[in-house]
Amino acid sequence: MPKAKLAVGLFILSEANFFALLIIAYVYFHAYPGPGPTAASALNPLRTGMFSIALFASSATMILGVRAYRARSHRATLAWLTATVVLGGLFLGGQALEYAGLYRRGVAVNRNLFATTFFTLTGFHGLHVFIGLVAIAIVAALSASGRLAGTEREADAIEAVGIYWHFVDAVWVGIFSIVYLWAWL
Amino acid sequence: MSGAAAAMRAGEPSRAAAHRGLLAWVASVDHKQIGVMYMLSALLFFGIGGFEALLIRVQLAVPNNHFLGPDTFNQIFTMHGTTMIFLVVMPMLAGMSIYAVPLMIGARDVAFPRLNALSFWLQLFGGFLLYFSFLAGGAPNAGWFSYAPLSEPTFSISNGVTYWVLALTCLGIGSIAGGINMIVTIVTLRVSGQTIRRLPLFVWMTLVNSFLIIMALPVLNGALVMLLADRLLNAHIFSPAFGGSALLWQHYFWGFGHPEVYIMILPAFGIISEVIPVFSGKPIYGYEFVAASTVAIAFLSFTVWAHHMFAVGMGHVFELFFVFTSMSIAVPTGIKIFNWSATLYHGRIRFTTSMMFALGFIVMFTIGGLTGVSFAVAPIDWQLTDTYYLVAHFHYVLFGGSALAIFAGLYYWFPKMTGRMLNERIGRWHFWLTIVGLNLTFFVQHPLGMMGMPRRVYTYPDLPGWMILNMISTIGAFILLASVLMFLWNIVSSLSSGAPAGDNPWDAWTLEWATSSPPPPENFALVPPVHGRRPLWDLKYPDRADELVAAGEG
Repeated sequence: MPKAKLAVGLFILSEANFFALLIIAYVYFHAYPGPGPTAASALNPLRTGMFSIALFASSATMILGVRAYRARSHRATLAWLTATVVLGGLFLGGQALEYAGLYRRGVAVNRNLFATTFFTLTGFHGLHVFIGLVAIAIVAALSASGRLAGTEREADAIEAVGIYWHFVDAVWVGIFSIVYLWAWL
Repeated sequence: MSGAAAAMRAGEPSRAAAHRGLLAWVASVDHKQIGVMYMLSALLFFGIGGFEALLIRVQLAVPNNHFLGPDTFNQIFTMHGTTMIFLVVMPMLAGMSIYAVPLMIGARDVAFPRLNALSFWLQLFGGFLLYFSFLAGGAPNAGWFSYAPLSEPTFSISNGVTYWVLALTCLGIGSIAGGINMIVTIVTLRVSGQTIRRLPLFVWMTLVNSFLIIMALPVLNGALVMLLADRLLNAHIFSPAFGGSALLWQHYFWGFGHPEVYIMILPAFGIISEVIPVFSGKPIYGYEFVAASTVAIAFLSFTVWAHHMFAVGMGHVFELFFVFTSMSIAVPTGIKIFNWSATLYHGRIRFTTSMMFALGFIVMFTIGGLTGVSFAVAPIDWQLTDTYYLVAHFHYVLFGGSALAIFAGLYYWFPKMTGRMLNERIGRWHFWLTIVGLNLTFFVQHPLGMMGMPRRVYTYPDLPGWMILNMISTIGAFILLASVLMFLWNIVSSLSSGAPAGDNPWDAWTLEWATSSPPPPENFALVPPVHGRRPLWDLKYPDRADELVAAGEG
């Protein structure tokens, strides 16, 4: 088994536990978040859902980017990786807009337990998206610079970045369902 | 420390070509150097944590003592616990794994050498960050498990707990990176022929332990970032006065904290499983059972956390569940004690210092294990929780267990790391002083706890019997100080004038003994063939090789 892919798999296992705790806290306080905003009153599932589609789509472009790299098509690799960064950036931009809107309406992290657990959960997810974007940007830049030799080991490393990216995506499926769709019900 | 400089010279003579002096260590990505640095940093903090223990024992030596005030006492016991767990036992065991595992599997290095260096520096500077709190207005004072709401800003005004959170996050990230590194190393870098059923048991334990680390430490990190939100962003997740939940913190912390107990003991089991067979001249009895029972312990360790919380009042169904799971952990642990004892049976036992520490481990750890089982019974726990009986219990497990195993391992591997033998005569003194000091210090704490002395009180009234037992405990602690000084003296004097070790001074059979002592930077010129669990034995006694014996031809 390639080292990079195994390491990322183990890292994901570890990170899944980290997110599980943040999700448990959100669910734990869902019924009694204290006076103030709730998911139903503060969030806009439709708008966040639109930006979420960008993130989900970026998983597909990432798969295509890895496939292009394995096919030794450097131009296609660069194109798909760039598309992934743009889509991921779009999602982060959407999150920034959402946060700014919430903040304007007085929904800050210390407002009540909904706000605290919402911001810690989605904030740490956003941080993971950002780290993923940096990693993909590095891979894309390396690919553009022509420094990659096209070895199997490099392909595995790029795929490892991709696996991390799919994980970030999968976590968002969970968060979006629990935070936004639950609020809509 | 002077031992550090000496170890640097003795440890890696051939490295001088690349870098000289301190830079050869700071810039190193070699697993042997990083492993040694882990162990040295653990020794440094062992000195500090031990000093804190002595302060505690001096304060408690006599009733109504005012040597330390209550505020200082809270800081000292918090720092003692946090230091010994996160800055001594974990990095010491991590260092031994990082040093020995690549050698035992015939590898050149770990899978990710630079990540390995990152883990170490996060560990060391995490420790410094924790201790910086003393300069920044006061050390953490809410105990090593920082129970909410005591750890909330309303009750803990100094920045101590914030430093505690940041330092532990730092250490946690380093540990997770180290755990991932170890698993990938063991899975991908084994020499051909070394199947998973031929792995040395220390490597097996490290493998299982690394899974525990990567599963349990993120639980701590998750809880820590939420506590940080409470402390720095005015959130109230764990603050019942504002609708938060202190109980949630307890579930989170022990969700990490109980697996953590096994993180501190599984590699120790691994050391014992190497040392006892070698000095009994026999393969381990029931290899498969030792390995499989470790896996069982790892799984069970995630299902027992709330036995730390019986006093909370969770209701009978939950209590019964956690009573049952906690008791069932005694089964795989008992299997191990049985296997080690059976390995001794009919063995040609050599009473080296390493072996004596291993034998001491079996007895002391069993005492700690038995008091542990008594705590699994919820009504006993209600009576004895947060008394000195608990303090006695976990010190028998951590000192009588982990620390004795660490000493066994250090005496066992020191010749490989440095090329010099530790002095056996000083080692014997070290061993007996440790055993006497350990039992004096901690055994009397059982009756003290049963008499009702609570832990974490800075002083106590002059109740009948309390003073004499506390005084015995304090005397024991100073005997332990003498034993540790003996050990340090042994290290320092043996580095300069110890007998040369040779490649395989113990006539052991795992791969690390096939290379020179200390090993060259590339570890092996040639890795011996591996056809069984004891490659060097097979090489030395080809007519009695394990696989022939197994096939009935030997």
